[in-house]
Amino acid sequence: MRFLLIEDNAKLASAIAERLKLDGHAVDHADTLEAARACLDVATYDLMLLDIMLPDGDGRALLESQRDVSNRCPVIVITARSAVSDRVSLLDLGADDYITKPFDFSELEARCRAVLRRQGHATDNRIIVGGTTLDSTAGELLFDGQTIALRNRELRLLEVFFKAPGQVFSKSHLIDRMFSLSDEASENAIEVYVARLRKRLDGSGTRIETVRGLGYRMVPT
Amino acid sequence: MRAPRAVGSIRQRLFYQLAGVAAILSLAFFLIVRVVAEQAAESTQDDILSASATAIADSLRSEDGGVMLDLPYSALSMLGTLSEDRVFYRVYTNDATLTGYDDLPLPNRTPRRGEPVFATFDFRGDEVRAVSVVRAVGSANALRNVIVTVAQTRLGLESTSRTITATATAVGAGFFLVATGLSLWAASAALAPIERLTSAVARRGPYDLRPVTAETPTELVPLVDALNSFMARLRASLSRTEDFIAEAAHRVRTPLATVRAQAEVTHRKLNKPEHRLAIREMIRAIDESSRSAGQMLDHAMVKFRTDTLAGDDLDMRALIAEVCDRLGATADLKDIDIRRELPDMPVPVSGDGILLQAALQNLLDNAIKYSPDDTEIVVRLEQGEELRVSITDAGRGFGDADLTRIKTRYTRGTNVGNIVGSGLGLTIAEEVARAHGGQLEIKSNQNGAGACVSLVLPRS
Amino acid sequence: MRFSRTAAQLIAALLTISPVVAYDIQERMLYPAEVETSVLRVISTADLDVFDPILLAFQAENPGVSIDYIVTETADLMQALYTDGASFDLAISSAMDLQTKLANDGFARTYTSPVTEALPDWARWRNQIFAFTQEPAVVVVSDAFFAGEQPPQSRDELIALLRESPERFRGRIGTYDVRRSGFGYMMATQDSRNSEAYWRLMEVMGWLDAQLYCCSGEMIRDVASGRLALAYNVLGSYAQSQLATTDGFRIVELDDYVNVMLRTVLIPQTAQNISDAQSMVDFLTNLAARPDLVAASELPAIAPETFQANTALRPIRFGPGLLVFLDQLKREAFLRNWEDSLVQN
Repeated sequence: MRFLLIEDNAKLASAIAERLKLDGHAVDHADTLEAARACLDVATYDLMLLDIMLPDGDGRALLESQRDVSNRCPVIVITARSAVSDRVSLLDLGADDYITKPFDFSELEARCRAVLRRQGHATDNRIIVGGTTLDSTAGELLFDGQTIALRNRELRLLEVFFKAPGQVFSKSHLIDRMFSLSDEASENAIEVYVARLRKRLDGSGTRIETVRGLGYRMVPT
Repeated sequence: MRAPRAVGSIRQRLFYQLAGVAAILSLAFFLIVRVVAEQAAESTQDDILSASATAIADSLRSEDGGVMLDLPYSALSMLGTLSEDRVFYRVYTNDATLTGYDDLPLPNRTPRRGEPVFATFDFRGDEVRAVSVVRAVGSANALRNVIVTVAQTRLGLESTSRTITATATAVGAGFFLVATGLSLWAASAALAPIERLTSAVARRGPYDLRPVTAETPTELVPLVDALNSFMARLRASLSRTEDFIAEAAHRVRTPLATVRAQAEVTHRKLNKPEHRLAIREMIRAIDESSRSAGQMLDHAMVKFRTDTLAGDDLDMRALIAEVCDRLGATADLKDIDIRRELPDMPVPVSGDGILLQAALQNLLDNAIKYSPDDTEIVVRLEQGEELRVSITDAGRGFGDADLTRIKTRYTRGTNVGNIVGSGLGLTIAEEVARAHGGQLEIKSNQNGAGACVSLVLPRS
Repeated sequence: MRFSRTAAQLIAALLTISPVVAYDIQERMLYPAEVETSVLRVISTADLDVFDPILLAFQAENPGVSIDYIVTETADLMQALYTDGASFDLAISSAMDLQTKLANDGFARTYTSPVTEALPDWARWRNQIFAFTQEPAVVVVSDAFFAGEQPPQSRDELIALLRESPERFRGRIGTYDVRRSGFGYMMATQDSRNSEAYWRLMEVMGWLDAQLYCCSGEMIRDVASGRLALAYNVLGSYAQSQLATTDGFRIVELDDYVNVMLRTVLIPQTAQNISDAQSMVDFLTNLAARPDLVAASELPAIAPETFQANTALRPIRFGPGLLVFLDQLKREAFLRNWEDSLVQN
């Protein structure tokens, strides 16, 4: 995905951008409202991350100006305030969701997915392997005319496999991808989830194969 | 906030003062009327007595060296016109009574021509008013002074006096009652501007700090000015507080966010398990700080808002739905399902929406935090004699901890272990419940695992 | 059981021979009660045969009360109460002026009751004197003399008639000797107040040798018999009562004015049986409710409507004015004038 990150704090901005890039996303950074508008003028983005407190004005002005634009870019507001009332006012202003800092990137990812799902960007995030389609945005597995809804961790695990079919992933790598850093994770949990996924994929064109001592990989059946 | 104790009432004071003035005036009026009217009645009797004595004196003649009297009928009959008083008369000359009642006392000084002498004394069992006139009768060299005294009892006068008193009393009392009634009205009318002002201010919500612009009488202008400047200071203080909270939030959380983001990046790049563990510990610490800071700010806000609790009309069902929507993503991360059991119709409740949602958010966040992955949390809204929002989870529950102590600040349940959290969540929820006249109930789930926390509010 | 009247009169006669009293008693009658609980002593100027039915009726309503009824002249009644301080429970008199003086000088007791309150204002004074009859002073004319001829209807007509035909009327006119009759004196003085026609009339009557009488009875009898052509200022009630038994005269109420005497009752200060006296006052003042007694006694009860019907009727007014003609000097002056007019030789 292509992000526009509007954040005035340089250190925070670079940390966020680097983390997102680790997941394979593209990030443009603007540190003022003016810069942000300039970026929006020349490029299109899949999602905007907007810090509501900016040096040259409240980010709400940008929200409002973006609200009625056609084909507008969805916005997730980054705010230091966590009250539900702020949510309501931000949503009224045109934000699609908000996240409080400091935030867990797994949560950010979940919220991005939800926002995009609501937006209807269905086509971008489909991956097809062996006749089986994984729709990341919708969180669904499609094969043989069946649509299987995936839960959060199942989805994240499958994403890893679908993005690099045939590649072997270690348990620790998978833990990184499945669990947020504040969760307790154990290697046993991986085994439980892999077992579940195998059930889900039963009858599809792919399966997950254990590679003894190394990890797991997805292969066509 | 308790209403201030009322000491005295302006309306009452004003009324009593006006009524007091009315009473004094009524009394003065009564006395004046009585005095004036009685004097008039007395002088009327005196005038008639004078006329009678004069008529008798006019009928005196000198004849053959003696004094003759042709007592006019009207002289005495006129005394019977106004009342049925007894009448006595005496005509005295040459040290002898010519005719009449010879025991009627003579005047204590001789009257002069044109100057009758009046006296009041008791005679034959009653009080009488007597007038004496003098007439010189006779030829030039044998002039004699004749004293004519006419007396009349005073029963008629007393009866008139009684009538006057009764009338004056009635008028005085009537005047007093009317004046008192007018005083009541005047007191109320005078206070009407105050009441208008009061209702204008009272109608406002607790957070309406706009200056008072209602019409103000001159005497209240200083008070309203003071009130307005007080409210301006309060507004400034409030916005400073709000600014502080926003500023605090920003200043605390931004560096934490930076550290956390960098920690996540580092974690990705590290391979050694012990290094990765260290990073995860760091992140856990950051999350705990952030959560604590957030809850403390929440708590500050709750304390502030419960002082002047708003009484807005809200829909509890909508509030719960919003909170569930908000925390849905968080629950989803742990594959936790939030199941809602809400009624079909809106559930009205009166209170502060921001506080109620803060309480619910804290409780639901707690439940998500302490529930294991892949479990279910049930959020139920029941409306019976009370309003009951219960959040049931399948988490660790509270163990054997004293449930009442759980709710106080910073206490964590014995079962909490190494899960990030602080005890403030339950405190906040309980304070909000109390402010709304309700309470927080905590129960351990009967069937083994988990707890059920209920926010109970009185029916609005 | 009632005593026979004779027996009672005998006792009364015996009692009359009492040296103690200084006033003259004309008649005395005892009405003993069957079971006596009290005695009511009445001094009155009304003849027994006039008052007898009233006394009996009262006793019928108050069976325990014995009545001791004494008749005197008006002057004697005054003497008894005013001068002698005699003790009586009731004083009934036709002399309004004397009764007024008694009340004025403090010799009467005050009494009010619903019955007395119902009397018109002109029928009581100070709630001490109560009128119970209204008796006009009338002219009595001989039927024989005025046969076929309208008797004079006013004083002016009377004067004119007398002046016109002196020979017809010389010595044939009668009126009270006011020197001897208290009632006559009062009517004459009231007459003299009402119009100057009175003195002209007296002049003419004197010129015509008017006959002077002490009492109404004789005057009426002489008119009835024809000895007198007319009598002036006769007590109307007495004349009315005589009409039943005596022929030959009729009553004329003059047009210009008719003085009406009010017979009164008062309770003296010396009264001892006050409660029965008060009952009698109520009884008498309510005489209008007993037409049987009105008929029996020939005393007309108080009836305000008669004055509205005939405006010539004028009740003599109570009040201190009535004291004027009791004044010694005034009386002497009046009598001198009266004698000068009527006793012209």
